[in-house]
Amino acid sequence: MAHAAAMPDAAPAVPAHQPSAGTLGVYTQKLGMWVFLTSEVMFFTALIGSYVILRWGTATEWPDPTKTLAVGITAVNTFILICSSVSMVKAYAAAVHDDQPGLKKWLLTTVVGGATFVGIQFMEYRNLLHEGFRPSSGLFGSTFYVMTGFHGFHVTCGVISMAYVTLRAFQGKYAGGKYEGIETIGLYWHFVDLVWIILFTIVYLI
Amino acid sequence: MTATTAQASHGHAHHEELPFIRKYVFSSDHKIIAIQFMFLSLLFLLLGGLLAMAVRWQLGFPGQPLPFGRLLGEGVAPSGVIAPKFYLGLVTMHATYMIFFAIMPLLVGTFANYLIPLKIGAPDMAFPRLNMWSFWLMIPAGTFALLSLYAEGGSPAAGWTGYAPLSNTPVYSGVSTGQIYWCLGIAVFALSSLLGSVNYITTVINLRAPGMHWFRLPLSVWALFITAILAVLAVPILAGAIIMLLFDQVLGTHFYLPSGGGQPLLWQHLFWFFGHPEVYILILPAMGIVSDIIANGSRKPIFGYHSMVYALCTIAFLGWVVWGHHMFQSGMNPTLGTTFMASTILIAVPTAIKVFNWMGTMWRGNLQLHVPMLNAIGFVAMFVIGGLSGIFMASAPVDMYIHDTYFIVAHIHYVLFGGSLFAIFAGIYFWYPKMFGRQMDETLGKWHFWLTFVTYNATFFPMHILGVAGHMRRIYDPNTYEFLRPLQSLNTFISVSAFLLLGSQLPFMWNFVRSLARPKMTDINPWRDNGLEWTLPSPPPHGNYATPPIVLHGPYEYSRPDTAEDFLPQDQPLPAHQETR
Repeated sequence: MAHAAAMPDAAPAVPAHQPSAGTLGVYTQKLGMWVFLTSEVMFFTALIGSYVILRWGTATEWPDPTKTLAVGITAVNTFILICSSVSMVKAYAAAVHDDQPGLKKWLLTTVVGGATFVGIQFMEYRNLLHEGFRPSSGLFGSTFYVMTGFHGFHVTCGVISMAYVTLRAFQGKYAGGKYEGIETIGLYWHFVDLVWIILFTIVYLI
Repeated sequence: MTATTAQASHGHAHHEELPFIRKYVFSSDHKIIAIQFMFLSLLFLLLGGLLAMAVRWQLGFPGQPLPFGRLLGEGVAPSGVIAPKFYLGLVTMHATYMIFFAIMPLLVGTFANYLIPLKIGAPDMAFPRLNMWSFWLMIPAGTFALLSLYAEGGSPAAGWTGYAPLSNTPVYSGVSTGQIYWCLGIAVFALSSLLGSVNYITTVINLRAPGMHWFRLPLSVWALFITAILAVLAVPILAGAIIMLLFDQVLGTHFYLPSGGGQPLLWQHLFWFFGHPEVYILILPAMGIVSDIIANGSRKPIFGYHSMVYALCTIAFLGWVVWGHHMFQSGMNPTLGTTFMASTILIAVPTAIKVFNWMGTMWRGNLQLHVPMLNAIGFVAMFVIGGLSGIFMASAPVDMYIHDTYFIVAHIHYVLFGGSLFAIFAGIYFWYPKMFGRQMDETLGKWHFWLTFVTYNATFFPMHILGVAGHMRRIYDPNTYEFLRPLQSLNTFISVSAFLLLGSQLPFMWNFVRSLARPKMTDINPWRDNGLEWTLPSPPPHGNYATPPIVLHGPYEYSRPDTAEDFLPQDQPLPAHQETR
């Protein structure tokens, strides 16, 4: 994912507050992100749909997730991820209003929030594997690791990208109200957050 | 990945001289990337063709040593005779190479990349670096696909559809490593295809030149745009499905394993939910290319431009609700099967609209039977046969009988070879001058077309008869079955035709390579076409247009009575008294 870091794209240099919009009135980076997120929706649909079929499409008894999974700590983790979405919104608002100290502060908060989420998930995996709960532990294990694992992978990519954006923010690349980059990565961040809320509900709680 | 592309907004200065490696190897220029895709996928096309020849040898001359068969190695072909297990590998890898590494990158990687920015008047794709990654990801994807053919323990033997549990249980097929490589190859391919499609959609929506309204887009661009939408929605499903298949093999999960509570049918649903839109990914671009070439070769406006666009959209939409027709035999509820049957047969309507519109375009046209046009007409004729046989298998009761027979093999080759590949040939002959600044030889091209057309039909038409006679697909030696023995002479005939079909590609290969050394053409617009790409020098410079072109009308203004020439490029004004559309 790191290679994506230095990806300049054809968007022309735009005057502040006025991103160049195409026919839909959406600037190219944002449009590209929406299209990409559409495909991400389909990807998670494949995984979540399979889970639904495998769990509720047969008569076999499904283990009680609360007995295996640490619901409490994951609830805290969920809260952290939601908070990082809030700080993302703050960062975007700061970028729009050209509030550079605020932008740096809120971007850093977001990175830390995302990294904490990944860290806690990593610890959770370690504990579960230690207790003998593996991907090969029946359908519950198979679906749990694939869904949360791919979500964790997405958050990790998000944290790496967000760290890069933060670095650029410290270099003053978003000064003058150039908010497009912040808004675009923000879309990805909120999407990953949203997926987690669904996953937490259907994997841990139900 | 796109997450970070998006915020890098420092524009890339076009038009500067780049070092060789950035210009031709790690290039972010859509035209170079398209040509890279073309070379790579033509190689896979050849390789896939060679595998098919080995398959045909075994079916035409069962048990006899394959000429040069010893070169394959004792492990897979003892004394030159193809081993049964390797035969299944050949069948599987032939289809995998052709679908994922030849036809799809030829239609989408090559033509979408080459044509979209040029035809809409854009300097490049929306995300050029991403586009470059889309090509370079094909290298690991292709490497995995190649490795799987000769992997330890044998090549993947579960067919290109990779049905579970055959594909995820090594004891059933005897294959483990090969199948893992196969999964990895397809997973990386999916990522590549995704990056490309995000680019095509964004580019068509946001980078059109001034005046290029939606209904002034050439049909090729329309088709490639709709295809990209299908790919963005369908390919992630394949990615998800194949990752679960991979985990079944390497992590011991049980998604598709009944023994662990998993469901083999889940694989079929996921695969075909991707697989049927994929069918249209493989044919819609071909339809678009053919529409452009037929209007040009008939010197007439395309018949029913709007209905062509709506038909494309309708086919793309219906493509999502028909996947069950691949699974009539899976034990599904017959009522559900009837629903899938009805939705499938409904697709005949937009498809027929397109076919009649092509014929309407040619009707009383000033037909120019140049090589691209011949191939385009070949496409229409062959696609009609493929479409009609499709109606047979769409009907659940008929499908019960012909399911998994050579009738299916005949059908897919009529739409994929007779359809897509003829359109690809048409497109290559048509845009080769644009790509390389040199024209291909017309006489060799005609030899190639006619030889291919005849041997192709001799190869694939008799397969309908085999199928109706009950000949199963993917069987190693038909003579094992008493009732198939009388068909051996037909099988031998098909095989000889297939060898001739491969031989018929020699004029094309020679023409393709030799024409690179021909003198540069002086004519800027050899086909007298209306597309914006023909207003540029050939090959077009980096960054395409010095100033964005202004588009003044649609792409099919041919043979207007009020213009001097019989064509009118899209940036030339219509005669004054005419109202612009």
